[in-house]
Amino acid sequence: MFYREAGQFKTSYQADQALMPIRQDRIGLAAILLIAFVAIPFFANDFFLTSIMIPFLVFSLAAIGLNVLTGFCGQLSLGTGAFMGVGAYAAYKLTTIFPDANVILMVLLSGVFSAGVGAIFGLPSLRIKGLYLAVTTLAAQFFLEWCFIRIGWLYNYNASGAIEIPHREAFGVVVSGAESSPLVRYFIVLTITVGIAMLMANVLRGRIGRSWMMIRDMDIAAELMGIRPLQTKLLAFAVSSYICGVAGAMMVFFWLNAAEPSSYSIQLSFQVLFMVILGGLGSLAGAFMGAAFIWILPVFLKFIPGVLGFDVAAEAVEHVTFMIVGALIIFFLIVEPHGFARLWQIGKQKLRVWPFPY
Amino acid sequence: MNALVSEKELSPAAAGAPAAGEELLRVDNVSLSFGGVKAITNISFDILEGEIRAIIGPNGAGKTSMLNVINGFYHPQEGTITWQGKVRRKMKPYEAASNGIARTFQNVALFKGMTTLDNIMSGRSLKMHKNFFWQMLWRGPAEAEEIEHRKKVEDIIDFLEIQAIRKTPVGRLPYGLQKRVELGRALAMEPDLLLLDEPMAGMNLEEKEDMSRFIIDVNQEFGTTIALIEHDMGVVMDLSDRVVVLDYGKKIADGPPEEVQASQAVIDAYLGVSH
Repeated sequence: MFYREAGQFKTSYQADQALMPIRQDRIGLAAILLIAFVAIPFFANDFFLTSIMIPFLVFSLAAIGLNVLTGFCGQLSLGTGAFMGVGAYAAYKLTTIFPDANVILMVLLSGVFSAGVGAIFGLPSLRIKGLYLAVTTLAAQFFLEWCFIRIGWLYNYNASGAIEIPHREAFGVVVSGAESSPLVRYFIVLTITVGIAMLMANVLRGRIGRSWMMIRDMDIAAELMGIRPLQTKLLAFAVSSYICGVAGAMMVFFWLNAAEPSSYSIQLSFQVLFMVILGGLGSLAGAFMGAAFIWILPVFLKFIPGVLGFDVAAEAVEHVTFMIVGALIIFFLIVEPHGFARLWQIGKQKLRVWPFPY
Repeated sequence: MNALVSEKELSPAAAGAPAAGEELLRVDNVSLSFGGVKAITNISFDILEGEIRAIIGPNGAGKTSMLNVINGFYHPQEGTITWQGKVRRKMKPYEAASNGIARTFQNVALFKGMTTLDNIMSGRSLKMHKNFFWQMLWRGPAEAEEIEHRKKVEDIIDFLEIQAIRKTPVGRLPYGLQKRVELGRALAMEPDLLLLDEPMAGMNLEEKEDMSRFIIDVNQEFGTTIALIEHDMGVVMDLSDRVVVLDYGKKIADGPPEEVQASQAVIDAYLGVSH
């Protein structure tokens, strides 16, 4: 009823190819941004920020990164965790080598290293496709994890083998280390995630985004239309790894404060992959929805018994949460294999024509 | 655009189309084999500027392989390809595309997840140059470039009469329209040579007539040279200026449609010979 584009005429191509051609969508996005930037910082407590919002945004960014590669360019990757790790270790090394430099800049710069590593491990993609490519990216996962354990220089020969994030200030505020306030961290993570998401939305609707989708949908036709497969795929690997690297660096700098090699294990790769699949391959909004489902839902589920007044053992709650989330994943994949993004699209379409069926 | 269009009108030769000009492409003694299987044996022919050149032959004659050689997807073991006066051992796909060779496919090879508009825009990829940085910002040069090419694409959409399906993902379109979008995608490359691999396969009579009209219009209005593979002999004989006939990877006839039609070798290839 309210979601209609009736009366919204486009008189220029500029208006027609806007990211959100329908006014209601633009209002919705503005409302979400307003909530994220104003309402949440104003009302949320530290627990909500550190345990829910910051990880959610970090995972959203990682899911966007993987989505660029898998959802838009069609190259299946299981190395996400390792590429995130490269970003984390690179940012850590950068900030210990240049202690006075702005740490936010270092985090953004660390993605460049993971982009390089990602491009190298993307080289087999010229010859290998689909599941077989996933296996070669698995090699990246194990090799890089081995590097994080064995190369002491990466963690400054710390006795514990972990990287511990030092106290750093930027613009006169403590932004990392144990004393930094969750609110500051939240703002940094939010700004970086929203910024990268918007820049990627632009790239994905232009020539470069189209060339990735051409490779995804029909690589032979793309090649015969002048798309060079190697360059295009490597660019996708580099961009994807850059975003994952920044997400990985934010994960340790603004959320965990310390990380071990096992923080960036294959489990993380799968977690991000599930977010992408569940959210919807080839959709930026889907990346956020997938991350919310995989990260936020379990946190809420854990609170339900306490709120309802049941006295249940903590482990039991943990296990039941696993079971419920697992069942829901199966349920949603049966209902809509193309993920939440598609469900969202269908819902909007239904709203548009409501109260008529079509 | 309807069934009343007479055969005479459909034929460019009868309509007084200008005779074909200079040589655009020539293949000389091209042979292609996959292991022991000889797909193409020692074939030579030329394509003149502005003509519609048909390549016909029974199934497995090597027609599609020939197109794949021309746009660089297969690399022949022997022979040369002369494109716009330049002699090459083989073509490369990128080279062929950027030198103005576009094609459509026998089995529709559209980008299924993208809309009609995006599919045709993808044909402009080689003509768009704004780099990653500008693409990220969008506002400014990247957007201006996008709009500039969008105008060209809208002309093609108008020409092919597919305005209504502009924003529909092509995976949802019926087959006949998909073929038309594929033609649009190839046209968006503004090619000098357009390779059409069975543009009318699986179409009904009306769709075939539409497609024939589009092909003639492309040839006459845009001056695009067309190489066409088609099994519908009526269409081939009406549309083409000259015909190459292949059988078992060998050339068995070459010439104007009437001449080829009368050739004993062609009749034998299609109808079989008693031994």
